[in-house]
Amino acid sequence: MKPKIATTSLAGCFGCHMSLLDIDLRLLELLQRVEFDRSPINDIKTVGPCAIGLIEGGVCNAENVEVLREFRRHCKIIVAFGACAVNGGLPAQRNHLDLRDILEEVYQTSPGLAPGCSIPNDPELPLPLNKVHPIHEIVRVDYFLPGCPPSAEAIWKFLNDLIIGRTPVLGHGLLRYD
Amino acid sequence: MSDVFLLDGEQVPFTVGQTVMAAARAAGRYIPHLCWHPEFQPHGSCRLCTVKADGHFAAACTLAARPGMTVDNRTAELDDQRRTLLQMLFVEGNHFCPSCEKSGACKLQATAYELKMMTPHFDHFFPDRAVDASHPDLLLDFNRCILCELCVRASRDADGKNVFAITGRGIKSHLIVNSPSGRLADTAMSLADRAASVCPVGVILAKGRGFVIPIGERRYDRQQIGAAEEQ
Repeated sequence: MKPKIATTSLAGCFGCHMSLLDIDLRLLELLQRVEFDRSPINDIKTVGPCAIGLIEGGVCNAENVEVLREFRRHCKIIVAFGACAVNGGLPAQRNHLDLRDILEEVYQTSPGLAPGCSIPNDPELPLPLNKVHPIHEIVRVDYFLPGCPPSAEAIWKFLNDLIIGRTPVLGHGLLRYD
Repeated sequence: MSDVFLLDGEQVPFTVGQTVMAAARAAGRYIPHLCWHPEFQPHGSCRLCTVKADGHFAAACTLAARPGMTVDNRTAELDDQRRTLLQMLFVEGNHFCPSCEKSGACKLQATAYELKMMTPHFDHFFPDRAVDASHPDLLLDFNRCILCELCVRASRDADGKNVFAITGRGIKSHLIVNSPSGRLADTAMSLADRAASVCPVGVILAKGRGFVIPIGERRYDRQQIGAAEEQ
């Protein structure tokens, strides 16, 4: 049976997933060797038992925490996939500001808003966390693949190493933080 | 004839009074470092160049070479400790490489690549530090300061201007500008100063030329720092 891979994007921009698609025709080669479980690639919404879970994005709201814990429960190996999962990335640049101040400025006091605007409070919206966290602050993480986004070459090397059970090693030019 | 010591088992010649770091550099050997610079007095503060000399830990940049000394440098133990030091530097400041003009030419980043740092590991501090854009030619982004004091030394010893200083103690240590207003615009600092180009990270940046050399074609994009410094 082919090992299963699940992927998700939490507080990310899907850039890492776009970079995964940049492996191009090698996606077909990958599909010979693994099967995708929950992922934006196939639109499966729930995660089952998997060998590898790729987590893009940091943790910025309650739903992110729930999804991340769900992935940790089901995946043997969790990979922090890209800069935001590794260190919070761009969303974490709000961390030195007060959350209420940000919400008030964006939804109530910034110029150009329609009269009567207020901070969204729909029960369907996940509650934001005070700070954005790298995923290793919430769950145990087995491997880290930095990069904003990691290049297709880096992803390909990393996944190949993981699938054959080797500790992923990224050489010069593949290990990047930008 | 000069004396020699052993660096990772290979002979490195030195002259009396030379440090292990200076001799290694002259011999084209790389000892990871951040606060050391060949033009300035050693500072011994970043501890990244810590080696094991005859079984004792010492900073290679301040340790005088002795004949026959055995120095361990790139061992797994020392590189593990160096990686931990780097991780602590990364979480103490705001080192957000994707938005940094210095990316690809940054010694902190390049050294972390060299030492295969895959994660900052520790919890981030996310400190709140304002930038100083007051100077017409230079930008100061304190978020990236690693307290190497190279700008302090360059401005004092090479430029004779004393523009920079470190204030505070322990975890509260931080870089300040030596002017009544605290702003760079109110100092004698100029773009031609040695201090303007000595910063190993992205704190002191010349305005208007951040992307003259594109990302991907910069010094440490082309070559890993260890190989680049071994020439």
